[in-house]
Amino acid sequence: MKRRWITYLVLTLMAVLLGYPILWLIFSSFKPSAEIFASVRLLPKSFTFSGYVEGWRSTSQLPFSTYLLNSAKLVIPTVLLTCVSSVLVAYGFSRFSFPGKRAWFLVMISTLMLPNTILMIPRYILFKNLNVLNSYVPFYLQAAFATNPFFSYLLIQFFRGIPHELDESATIDGCGRMRILVSIILPLARTPIISVALFQTMWTWNDFFNALIYIDTVKMYPVSLGLRLAIDADTAVNWSKIVAMTVVSIAPLILMFLFLQRYFVAGIATSGIKG
Amino acid sequence: MAQKHRLERYHGYLYIAPWLIGFLVLTLYPFVTSLFYSFTKYDIFSWEFAGLKNYVDIFTKDKIFANSLRRTLIYTVIAVPLKLAIALAMATLLARPLRGIGLFRTVYYVPSLLGSSVALSIIWKYLFKSDGLVNMLLKVIGVTGPNWLGDYHITFWTMVLLPMWQMGSPMVIFLAALKTVPEELTEAASIDGANPIQRYFGITLPMISPVIFFNIIMQTIEIIQLFTPAYIITKGGPAKSTYLYALMLYDTSFRDFKMGYASALSWVLFVIIIAFTLLLFRKSSSWVYYKDGEGL
Repeated sequence: MKRRWITYLVLTLMAVLLGYPILWLIFSSFKPSAEIFASVRLLPKSFTFSGYVEGWRSTSQLPFSTYLLNSAKLVIPTVLLTCVSSVLVAYGFSRFSFPGKRAWFLVMISTLMLPNTILMIPRYILFKNLNVLNSYVPFYLQAAFATNPFFSYLLIQFFRGIPHELDESATIDGCGRMRILVSIILPLARTPIISVALFQTMWTWNDFFNALIYIDTVKMYPVSLGLRLAIDADTAVNWSKIVAMTVVSIAPLILMFLFLQRYFVAGIATSGIKG
Repeated sequence: MAQKHRLERYHGYLYIAPWLIGFLVLTLYPFVTSLFYSFTKYDIFSWEFAGLKNYVDIFTKDKIFANSLRRTLIYTVIAVPLKLAIALAMATLLARPLRGIGLFRTVYYVPSLLGSSVALSIIWKYLFKSDGLVNMLLKVIGVTGPNWLGDYHITFWTMVLLPMWQMGSPMVIFLAALKTVPEELTEAASIDGANPIQRYFGITLPMISPVIFFNIIMQTIEIIQLFTPAYIITKGGPAKSTYLYALMLYDTSFRDFKMGYASALSWVLFVIIIAFTLLLFRKSSSWVYYKDGEGL
């Protein structure tokens, strides 16, 4: 009984430590600039939307909605392409036997550990030579060709657990390989596919580094670069604008997480554990 | 018929083709050219062969390299074990059947949602700037806080704390692993007279050791390449005390356009990561336990 009490104390302490900064950020976004760093009070003394209004209109030359829209144009196709490519690759690795399969699978697993720093310069030059810099094409291409093996790996782990008898009986019924994937595997694999989509949404939405090297013009900026521009452009005092736009930039992720939490957990559990 | 059968054997390649093409063009080709670039002087417009000059310069002349490498290694060696220890401890607490566990798990994971985003860096900056949230809280209890992000001796350690805030993602992996440990094992041990601490270190931890190993490797690779916070929060300062390796690489390649030299720098980091990973793998046979006797 006493032990349980201590457990709750530790858990609560940790929750405050980890959760408080985000709560503080959200509450601060409704304060006027002068109040944000004036007191530790969580609730605003004078409640205002001005951070949102001003931030939306003029953190830089363009309204913040441009960056949100750009992020959508970047993220949505990237996520869809990732789902399609990783499903196909996972199906190939989990349901076919072909010469060289084991070797290729090992190659794929080892690229999981390949540091991005070693690829960034030649990839940049490759995309430059293909004339696709300052567009979202580098992101689309990497998604379409399953360059991040994490997603294929996650789905392979799951597909392997689907009983082969299901495929076999479908084959007897005259289903082709593609038909089996679409009408048997896919419906059963809804959860891990949604996990893939969620993780890729999160990573692409947050991605600052690739946006920084591939995107040059402000009107193409996704949220990450737009936010950076806002902190660079604003001198010291105008906190509320930046705080409000930071909240806008993380709100989609937090809402997505709160509503679809079980898919996050399922995805992490499948990927982290040898299945 | 025989012809068709032979082709049938390669049917799987049709499905793995996206990855295979991607691997050859977007991973293997860059990987090889990166090694080639590292022996050149290359400014994006023209290149000339430079032999081993880049590497010689890195190890004999480049003071910034020595500083960045040292700082990055210290950063990684402290932040990774600390983050994973906290994650494992919290997962252990959450693995017990208690009320309200789901809520705690949710709260712990939220900071991890921010990944390495600009938003994360902004929050960190506002927490630790000289009149930020942390120092305001310290003032309430009568303490004048230090200049967390401006003092040469402190800033590095403020940045070391940052990955701790995102311990939620390895924690969820640990939590899932802890739930797979069969209860019969711990029960049997307890009948044999093992106390809870002995059971934890003697049974639970060895059972989840593959996941601990997985987390060590993935976190090391992630943290050794940390870029965004160093770029946004401190810009590598003060006095290059947080000039982490990835930031130095970015500056060398995309600000100064010394692509050849930067490629050599990236290969030095790569070799260090490989050496470290191999060392972990070799050591792992003594402490990582695989049920079916095979690794990844």
